[in-house]
Amino acid sequence: MELSELTPILLQGAWVTLKILCLSLPVAGALAFIAGLTRLFAPTPLRQIARVYIEFFRGTSALIQLYWIYFVLPFFGLNLDAMTASVIALGLNIGAYGAEVVRGAVLAVPKGQYEAAVALNFTPWSRLWRIILPQSLINMVPPFGNLAIELMKATSLVSLITIGDLTYKAKTLADATLQVGEIFGLVLLIYFVMAQAMAYLFRLLEARLGRGLDRGGLRS
Amino acid sequence: MIELDWDWEFTWEVLPDLLNAAQITLSATLLGSLLAIGVGLALSLLRRSPSRWISWPVYWLVEFVRSTPLLVQIFFLYYVMPEFGVSLSPMTTGVLALGAHYGAYLSEVFRSGIDGVEKGQWEAARALNLSQFMTYRDIVLPQALRAMIPATGNYIIAMFKETPQLSAITLLEMLQTAKILGSENFRYLEPFTLVGLLYLAFSIVAALGVHQIERRFPKEGFSLR
Repeated sequence: MELSELTPILLQGAWVTLKILCLSLPVAGALAFIAGLTRLFAPTPLRQIARVYIEFFRGTSALIQLYWIYFVLPFFGLNLDAMTASVIALGLNIGAYGAEVVRGAVLAVPKGQYEAAVALNFTPWSRLWRIILPQSLINMVPPFGNLAIELMKATSLVSLITIGDLTYKAKTLADATLQVGEIFGLVLLIYFVMAQAMAYLFRLLEARLGRGLDRGGLRS
Repeated sequence: MIELDWDWEFTWEVLPDLLNAAQITLSATLLGSLLAIGVGLALSLLRRSPSRWISWPVYWLVEFVRSTPLLVQIFFLYYVMPEFGVSLSPMTTGVLALGAHYGAYLSEVFRSGIDGVEKGQWEAARALNLSQFMTYRDIVLPQALRAMIPATGNYIIAMFKETPQLSAITLLEMLQTAKILGSENFRYLEPFTLVGLLYLAFSIVAALGVHQIERRFPKEGFSLR
């Protein structure tokens, strides 16, 4: 097959990869905030639960988590289709890493900011929402960018539970045509371009957030 | 709806097989780490080369390897190398893929570690007429080591956790073994859960080990001898 015939098929796979990425990114982001903030501010039992979640999902491998959710949950009567299982597994995995990013970023806000908010009689909730989180957000952007790229790369694992993503398409095409060199070379290139695009977007976001904070003079 | 129905007898039956497979997982990680450290060191030194004809391609090579999935790199090595007449076993392919992938990550760790060594140390070494090689070996790398160890440990643990991806090229590591045991017995709960727990246990032990190594180095001004 010509390169002009291979590319459209691979791009279809890339579209599926992109879809999984767009679905699991918000899941991971939400879990990161929930688990990260729970670990910092919630009462002790909840804190322990968040800690177990974080340690468990960081300590085992993403592929095992994916297999567990896809192959084991049906035995408990929970039948998930491959797509849902993928989004949940990837979201849970990256969310655990993200939780530590959130925790680190919140802890990096200078102590004086907490004290000032307390002195101004802010409620704990508005202290967090209006003072701490906006400032920690800028610290989270670069590591979140890295995690988003990690998530993008981890989507390749879903090919192993037969989702027709980019890697799956590449594998089946390579098996069928035996043009392994061109196909896998092209696929690596597509992943590379996606990663560079994401890195660029996160750099834009960082500049955008940084600009707002500079004007407010919060970044000393 | 959800009821836990854990079969202990089956658990004891599959555990020895999984522990056997753990040896393959561990040796792939160990060999992969050694290769990755070598590759990482070589790349980080090449990256520091004053010639842009060397440092620029190395920069993009590292960037490329870091931003593409390990799984695709494993497939690439496994299926493309035979095109060039090199047929490698799954284990060799796996070690090469892990070594190359994490070598790229480690090169950045090493580079920042080396960059962190004070300029005066370089100047002093050069003033004492040490060769470039000796400056690196005796002066710079020992000091950079302290900064490198935590991140290197992290990446080796990360590598260990990504070894299940080698099951995609039929290497009988823990996950592949668990999958086979599961499909033979129509029970995935015990094998997959055990593999997860074994990974968790190894990761915790490895993390403690890295922490111990870290603690052996005083914060500043130590020497290797």
